[in-house]
Amino acid sequence: MKKITIPIGPQHPALKEPISLRITIEGEVVKHADVRLGYNHRGIEKLAESRTYIQNIYLVERICGICSHSHTTCYVQGVEKLCGLEVPKRGLYIRMLVCELERIHSHLLWLGVAAHEAGFDSLFMYTWRDREVVMDLLEIISGNRVHYAINTIGGVRRNLNEIQKEKILEGIKFLKKRTEYYTNLGTTEPTFVARIAGVGILPKEKAIALCAVGPTLRASGVSSDIRKDDPYAAYDEIPFDLCTADTCDVLGRVVVRVKELIESYKIVEYIIKNLPQGEIKVKAPRKIQPAEVVSRYEAPRGENIHYIKSNGTDKPERLKVRAPTLANYPATIEMLKNCFVADIPLIFAAIDPCICCAERFVELIDAKKGNSTVLSMAEIRKKYYSTETKRNVVWPL
Amino acid sequence: MAVIKALIYLLVYPGILFLFVYSTFCEWFDRKLYARLQNRIGPAYTGRSGILQPVADFLKLMFKEDIVPENADRTIFSSLPVIGLAIVLTAGLYLPLWNINVSVPSFNSFQGDIIVVLYLLSLPTLVLFLAGWHSTNFFSTLGGVRVLTMLFGYEVPLFLAVLSPAIVADSWRLAEIADFYQKFPFLLLFQIIGFFVAVVALQAKLERTPFDIPHAETEIVGGTFTEYSGKKLAFFRLMTDVEMVVGSGLIATVFLAGFSGGVFLGLLKFILKTLFVIAILSLIKAACSRIRIDQMVIFSWKYLAPLAVLQLLISIIVKGVIQ
Repeated sequence: MKKITIPIGPQHPALKEPISLRITIEGEVVKHADVRLGYNHRGIEKLAESRTYIQNIYLVERICGICSHSHTTCYVQGVEKLCGLEVPKRGLYIRMLVCELERIHSHLLWLGVAAHEAGFDSLFMYTWRDREVVMDLLEIISGNRVHYAINTIGGVRRNLNEIQKEKILEGIKFLKKRTEYYTNLGTTEPTFVARIAGVGILPKEKAIALCAVGPTLRASGVSSDIRKDDPYAAYDEIPFDLCTADTCDVLGRVVVRVKELIESYKIVEYIIKNLPQGEIKVKAPRKIQPAEVVSRYEAPRGENIHYIKSNGTDKPERLKVRAPTLANYPATIEMLKNCFVADIPLIFAAIDPCICCAERFVELIDAKKGNSTVLSMAEIRKKYYSTETKRNVVWPL
Repeated sequence: MAVIKALIYLLVYPGILFLFVYSTFCEWFDRKLYARLQNRIGPAYTGRSGILQPVADFLKLMFKEDIVPENADRTIFSSLPVIGLAIVLTAGLYLPLWNINVSVPSFNSFQGDIIVVLYLLSLPTLVLFLAGWHSTNFFSTLGGVRVLTMLFGYEVPLFLAVLSPAIVADSWRLAEIADFYQKFPFLLLFQIIGFFVAVVALQAKLERTPFDIPHAETEIVGGTFTEYSGKKLAFFRLMTDVEMVVGSGLIATVFLAGFSGGVFLGLLKFILKTLFVIAILSLIKAACSRIRIDQMVIFSWKYLAPLAVLQLLISIIVKGVIQ
């Protein structure tokens, strides 16, 4: 049979963000897969170098629309380490509370997307309806549904009162009931299980070798979670279980995420019941002595890493972000081999890809010679968007 | 007089006009029910409770830009939607809807018309395959191939299931089959397996979830319809709607004792019975996720086909007992 290459993306209904998967198929079977990145580059790292530490909190929040709190927490933790700040317990607990609520909303969203990719639109509609509950809780806490802006260097910006606590417990009680229903539905509905069981196999050794992270790694039977391995905030004080599955397929990834939802509900309830009294933040210095730090954080999609280098001013010398989706791409290529065309969207969705998180820099490769060059934002601007020469507009300032 | 009657029959009732109005109503019913099952509102603004939404969609598509791919064969690409619509409208004429005198065969009611309807309902599949093939697009081609692959899965169970009531009724004429079961309704109880096989096969024929494999949007974009736009897409959508009405009408005729009782009572029975079948189709659509093409073929031959054969066996035994 003749091999043909089909383009999945940059624009494709299965993809919510631009990325290009070049799939070589023989009949209905995938023979080769290739990922092309770089359709969503925004130059955030470069931008961070020209802003103060405080301004950067709101910049890194905009790296992602779903795990916005992950990026800010990872960033402020790094900055706090650089200044040697001791964050008050209450501040840490509120930070963890928002973090777990964000994990709940992200996993519910993912469950809906996975169901939609498998053509199970009813589950999609139901999970997204219930996700509204946790979105409302986040709005009650922070005033916002997407970018919570609750973190600041040295603590959090908003306190919790009794009414809010009550509302959160109420919402979590409802979500617990619904999640039990989805666990049952997602693992027993025959047509859905037929689509996800045994699909996108990633053996344990391969998962470790290809540096997969988060639920993708845990679904391959590896117990790895930054909250346990390298506890940040106050995760060492909170009792919770690490969720793994040993089926190494998309079903395993569904099971891991659903189990994590239930663990997150427990964590939220524990935090609300054991919220320490006291301040929520301490004052942070504006300028930071030269040093460098790596901050790790377990985002809903896996390990998020921020590297920050300070140079004695109020602006960072360098900020480097490694989002979890980027770490999962090599494993995705492995999973896509020898699957069916129908499984491509499911396998790709199972890593919970967040493309805008992962796109950090542009590398230009000369197609003929094969050598590559990395361009800075200033060079790109000069080369490609030189507004002054192309338009006859004179700016008033 | 006969000419006028024939023209009315072709153009008004139960011809083009009636099928257009009723199929858009059925699409609205399907969409609304599907939406309610998913805890959504569904169409709400056009007309009362959005009842005119399918008509509005049809008209909107008619005025949209119509693009033919450069490499496509223009004639075939453009004529396929019209041919497909004409085929299903023709199939609609053979439903024993108009107060048919059972004893007198006519141009649309004769021995073997059940075969003609089944044949006409098979043709749209071929039209869809050709449409996908002639679009010269990877996604369309893949969709077209999937259409044909699915045809080999559901067609045999559908034929076996629909023909087994005919064996008991000892007739190949839809009006006579319906009349027979009108007289002996309890015999329908023996056809329950066949009824469900036929409904599932019809679901596959209409390419609805869990069998919406040829146009699975998250896999192959629009599948067969990827390159179609404007009027041609409108015709294809209308074709699917009319196919749904004719398919459910056929099932209602052979499994639910048809639509006897004159023009008005017959029409009422037709509407109630087809809506009942469409409601089952919507329920299946809401309760399932899309399966893979290989799983679909395995499902058809492992479960549907043996069940259809079992139904055939039951029908033969029942007929032997009656005689």
